[in-house]
This record gives sequence, C-alpha cells and structure tokens, in this order.
Amino acid sequence: MIGLPHYLVVSLIVFLLGLYCVLTRRNAIGILMGVELILNSANINYIAFARYSSGGYDGQVFAVFVIMLAAAEATIGLAIVLGIYQTFQTIDVEATETLRG
Amino acid sequence: MSEFSFFPLVFYLLAAVTVVSAAGVAFSRNVVYSAFSLMGTLMGAAGLFLLLAADFVAVVQVLIYVGGILVLMLFAVMLTVRIADVRISNRSLGRLPAAVVIAVTGAVMGRAIVGTTWHQTPLNAPVPTTYGIGDAFLSRFVLPFELASMVLLAALIGAVALSRKELKGNGS
Repeated sequence: MIGLPHYLVVSLIVFLLGLYCVLTRRNAIGILMGVELILNSANINYIAFARYSSGGYDGQVFAVFVIMLAAAEATIGLAIVLGIYQTFQTIDVEATETLRG
Repeated sequence: MSEFSFFPLVFYLLAAVTVVSAAGVAFSRNVVYSAFSLMGTLMGAAGLFLLLAADFVAVVQVLIYVGGILVLMLFAVMLTVRIADVRISNRSLGRLPAAVVIAVTGAVMGRAIVGTTWHQTPLNAPVPTTYGIGDAFLSRFVLPFELASMVLLAALIGAVALSRKELKGNGS
C-alpha cells in the first residue's frame, strides 16, 4: 500500500536533483530551473502531509502560495537574467562577478 | 474497492515520470532539453497531486507552472542562449563537491524519512477541494492572500522596470 513515506521519497529525490542542478550549473536559467525543482519537491511534501497527516486544507493553501511565489520569482529572475545578458552578452554566472554598472 | 489494485501502479508510473524528468533537468547538457524535461516533472507532480486528492492544486500547477513559468523560461532560453552552441550553454562545474553535498543531504533526509514514525490520520474520501481552499483563503489566510496580491503587483512592476529600455539622452 502506498503511504506517506513513498511520497516523501519521491520528493526527496526531486529535491536532491534540484540541489545538484543549482550547485553544478553555470547557466543562470539552469539554476532557476533547479530552484523550480526544489520548490516542486516542497509542494509534493505539503500536499502529502495535507493528505496523510492533517486531513485539512492548510497544506494545499500553502502549496498555492508556494506556486504564486515561484511565479513571482521566475518573473523577476528571468527579467534580471535578460538584463544581465544585455549588459554582459552572457548568462554564465561566473562571468558576472563585477558590481560596476 | 477495485481501485486500490491499480493505485500503486499509477503512483509508481507518475513517480517514475517525475523522477526521470527531474534527472533530465539536472543532467542534460542542453538547456533546451532541460526546459522540456522540466515540463515532464511538473506534469508528473500534478498527477501526484491528483492522487493525493488535491484537484485544485493540480489544476493550478498545470495552469501556472506549465502554462506560465515554463513558457517564460523557454522564451528566456531562446532570447539568450545560442541554441546551436549546446556545449557552451550548459557546462557543468564542480561535480564531485556537488555529489558529496547531495549524498550527505540525501543520507540525512532519507534516514529521517525512514526512521520517523509519522503521525497519520485515517484517509478521508476524496472530495472537491475548491470550496474549502477558497473558504480558507478568505477567512483564515486572508492576510497572506492580500500580501500575495501585493507581491504579485510588485513583481509585475519590477519586471517591467527591469526589462524596459532606458531612454537616455533623449532630451525632454
């Protein structure tokens, strides 16, 4: 029978892959994708606990808030990435170490 | 209860789709393939939400993530990366330290998952959740709800301000 730990293990694997993505990528958009993976694993945890441990709606409400914040984060992050690309002609995060305008 | 016979099969299928696509996002060398793999992960997670009787969140996931964020990311990829130059676009660095970090993190978290006796309540029958979530938004969570609208407005204005072209030396 499928239980809570099954979902937690799936979420853990997605989280670790997202962490690996964030740690190894030099492409700024790739890093943002890793962040999305991590947020999704957190969402799976929220929904699984809402189903198996609380039975209420709180976990689902938090998942909707997480999705909303992910949308805002992606918007601002990609706008910054496009700004960096216009300035430096690259989105390699190691090429953008300077703070000069 | 014939549905319980194929419930594990559906779960393992969706979990496999989610995990394999997430691996595609993490290990693919071409960032365009990563973006398309991310779609598989998001759809698999939406399916898992459906299995967990969270229909509203699953629909929101498909609408906002797949319909919004993923399309935005694809646009950003197309606007920045030289697509033909796949090797340069996604070079990895520091694989060994990253592998050590995720091995340690995974060991600690996996041990916590396996070793904890989770508090579990008996499962309710799946019911439509939209009414309950809307009720929670406008009663218990009304302050975070309004703050969320402010955050979205700020993100909207910030994105416009960041991406608009500066009109310098235009004379006024």
